[in-house]
Amino acid sequence: MKPVPFSYIRPDSVEKACEALASDPDARVIAGGQTLVPMLAMRLARPTLLVDVTRIANLIGIEETDTGIKIGAATRQADALASDLVAYQVPLLAKALPNVGHPPTRARGTVGGSIAHGDPSAEIALATVILGASIHYRDGDEDVEFLPEDYFLGPTVTAAPTGGLLTKVVFPKRPEGRVGAGFQEIASRRSDYAFASAGAQIVLDEDGTCVTALLGIGSVGDVPLAVDVSGLAGTRLSDADIRDAVETALEGLEVVDDLHASASYRRRAAARLAHMALAEAKTEALATEGAAA
Amino acid sequence: MKVELTVNGCKSEIDVEPRVTLLDALREELGLKGAHAGCEHGVCGACTVMVDGVAVRSCLMFAVQGDGLDITTIEGITRGEGELGIVQDAFCETHGLQCGYCTPGMIIAAQALLEKNPEPTDAEIREAISGNICRCTGYGQIIEAIRLAARHMRESNTLRARKFAE
Repeated sequence: MKPVPFSYIRPDSVEKACEALASDPDARVIAGGQTLVPMLAMRLARPTLLVDVTRIANLIGIEETDTGIKIGAATRQADALASDLVAYQVPLLAKALPNVGHPPTRARGTVGGSIAHGDPSAEIALATVILGASIHYRDGDEDVEFLPEDYFLGPTVTAAPTGGLLTKVVFPKRPEGRVGAGFQEIASRRSDYAFASAGAQIVLDEDGTCVTALLGIGSVGDVPLAVDVSGLAGTRLSDADIRDAVETALEGLEVVDDLHASASYRRRAAARLAHMALAEAKTEALATEGAAA
Repeated sequence: MKVELTVNGCKSEIDVEPRVTLLDALREELGLKGAHAGCEHGVCGACTVMVDGVAVRSCLMFAVQGDGLDITTIEGITRGEGELGIVQDAFCETHGLQCGYCTPGMIIAAQALLEKNPEPTDAEIREAISGNICRCTGYGQIIEAIRLAARHMRESNTLRARKFAE
């Protein structure tokens, strides 16, 4: 369990980090290292140079901008979880974060690292897909922006530019209206990789009718996936409404079959978790005050 | 590569390859064998140490990344030479260990929890040690130990006094 030898640098700016990444085709970014270091230890990854981005001040922090809630790529997951801004503005992300690893890994792991790794079971990635957050890279002198559906291509495969550096992710702000979020997953142990996960966000109007409904499924396909439950708009989100919408949304879903869980189990679990996440989001939205109330 | 580590309040400069984990540097370079090398790939939690007051896995960090950070190992939480810390005492009292392999990691995870949260619920205790595997105890007595340590810490004047002094 010892990595192969590599060189290490810890630049203090995005420019210097990009220079270092461009200098060596086998260079890799290290942020929290909570996934990369095990891969190094097992020699599944053999970079020649590690570029540590965890002390680049521009990459750290959470702030509200005109376009949304900006989270620097090297912001620790624990800090995002403790953020009041995230809790209020991006409640779905706040619900997803406690499911990411456990306290010691969240203390080191970063929001950007989880996205860049592109694991189909990553909860933060699922939140970006559901909410349509934008993913920003610096590639040499250029800034490049991706939408999640163009970014996540397959298991740990993303559209990230070679030698590029993930700088930030921007989540849309809290929508108007009565907002609720739900996040549900099942794994063999708490904090383990999920067999299936589901996240949902609901907006209700003053009298409790659904205005918008968003749903996404993780761990069941090659990438975290947003699925269409727009048919729930206009309904009162009864159990039957939710069941029908989930059934339609998951029709034809491609499901992974592996050692950990069979395809049929994953499909059933995904449907059940989707239902639970939507119901959780509804309950939370109903608990918020109607704007006119 | 040279790096200055601050471990248990002492600064030492070591010269290690970048691929040397913080865990290996603590054990091999600094002779602190308290953090255990279990799985060495971030699964078991036996190597848990505190970095800037929070529990992290020392096998998932390279020593060169520890530059300028405040690192605390199990050796650093005792009350004095030849004495045990409050959490360590509680683990003995409730039989919160059998073979002892996971114990340093469990105790550091508990210590990090109790420094932030003096009155944790059982759910919070479980969450705090959810990254630490114990193959002997079945966890029941470990949770009991952390509950007891929390009570002792709340009741301890000296410990509170030390916190205020800091």
